[in-house]
Amino acid sequence: MIRFSESHEYVRVEGDFGFIGISDYAQKQLGNVVYVDMPEVGDELEKGEDFGAIESVKAASDLISPVSGEVVEINEALEENPRLVNQDAMANWIVKVKLADMSELDDLMNQDDYESFCKNG
Amino acid sequence: MNRELYGKLVFELSRPGRRGYRLPDNHIGEVHTEGGQQPPVIADALLRQQPLRLPQCDELTVVRHYNNMSTNNFGVDTGFYPLGSCTMKYNPKINEEMASHEAFVNVHPAAPDNAVQGNLELYYTLQRSLSEIGGMAEFTLNPFAGAHGELTGLMVIRAYHDARGDKARRKIIVPDSAHGTNPASAAVAGLEVVEVKSRPDGTVDVDDLRPLLDETVAGMMMTNPNTLGIFEKDIPEIARLVHEAGGLMYYDGANLNPMLGIARPGDMGFDVMHINLHKTFSTPHGGGGPGSGPVGVRAGLEKFLPNPRVVKIENADGTMGYRLEMGADALGSISATLGNFAVQARALSYIMSLGSEGLMDVGPLATLNANYVKECLKDDYLLPVEGVCKHEFVFDGLRDKSEHITTLNVAKRLLDHGYHAPTIYFPLLFHESLMIEPTETESKETLDEFIAVMHDIAREARETPDVVRNAPHNTPITHPDDTAAALNPVVTFDALEQTEE
Repeated sequence: MIRFSESHEYVRVEGDFGFIGISDYAQKQLGNVVYVDMPEVGDELEKGEDFGAIESVKAASDLISPVSGEVVEINEALEENPRLVNQDAMANWIVKVKLADMSELDDLMNQDDYESFCKNG
Repeated sequence: MNRELYGKLVFELSRPGRRGYRLPDNHIGEVHTEGGQQPPVIADALLRQQPLRLPQCDELTVVRHYNNMSTNNFGVDTGFYPLGSCTMKYNPKINEEMASHEAFVNVHPAAPDNAVQGNLELYYTLQRSLSEIGGMAEFTLNPFAGAHGELTGLMVIRAYHDARGDKARRKIIVPDSAHGTNPASAAVAGLEVVEVKSRPDGTVDVDDLRPLLDETVAGMMMTNPNTLGIFEKDIPEIARLVHEAGGLMYYDGANLNPMLGIARPGDMGFDVMHINLHKTFSTPHGGGGPGSGPVGVRAGLEKFLPNPRVVKIENADGTMGYRLEMGADALGSISATLGNFAVQARALSYIMSLGSEGLMDVGPLATLNANYVKECLKDDYLLPVEGVCKHEFVFDGLRDKSEHITTLNVAKRLLDHGYHAPTIYFPLLFHESLMIEPTETESKETLDEFIAVMHDIAREARETPDVVRNAPHNTPITHPDDTAAALNPVVTFDALEQTEE
């Protein structure tokens, strides 16, 4: 299951865990990514709060967490090669969290809703 | 210019043994100080083991190299520079003459007050002028730049709340259209940033603001006109709400230019403000400074201003003079000296040569120029916020996006025509922001030429899109890899050689 937020983050849910990244649409809007500022393992993310930042040749943007939960893993490959986000935003998640509240997913958009949100936005 | 020979780094022009002058052998011999002591010897560990790697060139090569390089520069003195939010107005040459006056340039920064009365008078006079222009009680000219001014102003706000024992106020409200320096300065000042949303017309959404106002609010930062060039018409209401909640209003002076002599932040309810002298008061900027970001405060907040302050005093003989004062309630010092003095001298020169009448023409002319360019171009470029703007405006890229020509492409194509690119991808409210600020110093002829070129680029985008997509075509460097430059900057010749190996 995959869900999207209005600030263009996604969360891919696998069991109790969520993989959070930025959408392909967000990646395209940002342009070439040069730096991803990630939280540390053990940090608590809160839905709607920023947990890091992503910097491209165009702009620096906060990363807003679509869900709450504890960071159990960060995608270390992005430290060396932030351009992976441009190559495949959906495969190159930024953090893996242990989901604190499954019901938070209900407020997010599914793939179809998100696509029409992007078209109209 | 012969790029083969002169488009290179001076290190690449170096040839072993090449030199400009040959100095005679030293025939004085060893020097002994009075009393016959040997001069101090530098320890071997501190001496360089390898000779310093300086380029070896003859004088003519050096002269041609730097002369040719200087022609690659672009500034307001070279051509039109419509960089939105930066107020790249012409800097009258009389400012330079005043700032380089020998009575100023040879002053030691630590000279005693009585030896630098002229400098202190200039500081004080400018401080008073800015207070009148801003509607504030007093200014400090000590901050070195705009963001330094923001930090200083926010420290004043903190000091104000702390002095009242109200230490829970740590929240600063910043509009989503704000300059990036606002949240950055607030974070450096140890405050927590809370964003307030804009309405579709780009102004602050008062309904979104209300619920944010509570007993933890230290203040709110605003730019007026905002970064879309729109006047925040609800400012009295916003100021009232923030004051009722116990917060202070901070005015970011980045866009003061259209307001000079027309409207004063102090009258709108702002308590603290900064001014970018390098923008509004016409001193050269871009490329990192030197800038100057004086901070003004309303009555009651003066005592928190950083040390030292310049005060006017009556001398024993009845004449007036100036001295430095260190206030006990001041937030501390934010600079080693009285700020960038030469920039202050230029700003005062600008204010005095225009006079109050001339200053009052600045805003209307800047506003007229911006609206003229906007109205002439909105057939080809998408104008997201209709209506009269102030000194600048923002397009959301080309209207016709069928060929996927981006704002970046348009900006790069402008370089081919000898213009500095406008500000692009800011503010973040639109995807293809293209922000134009012509300033009051440009003639109608210059604006008409620019408008014609912008129309040409829009036509090219429809008819020969690759010309725009692959621009620039005739700049010294055409397509630098900006991603690689950000990821792996190569800033020394040694590093360049290593990459090439």
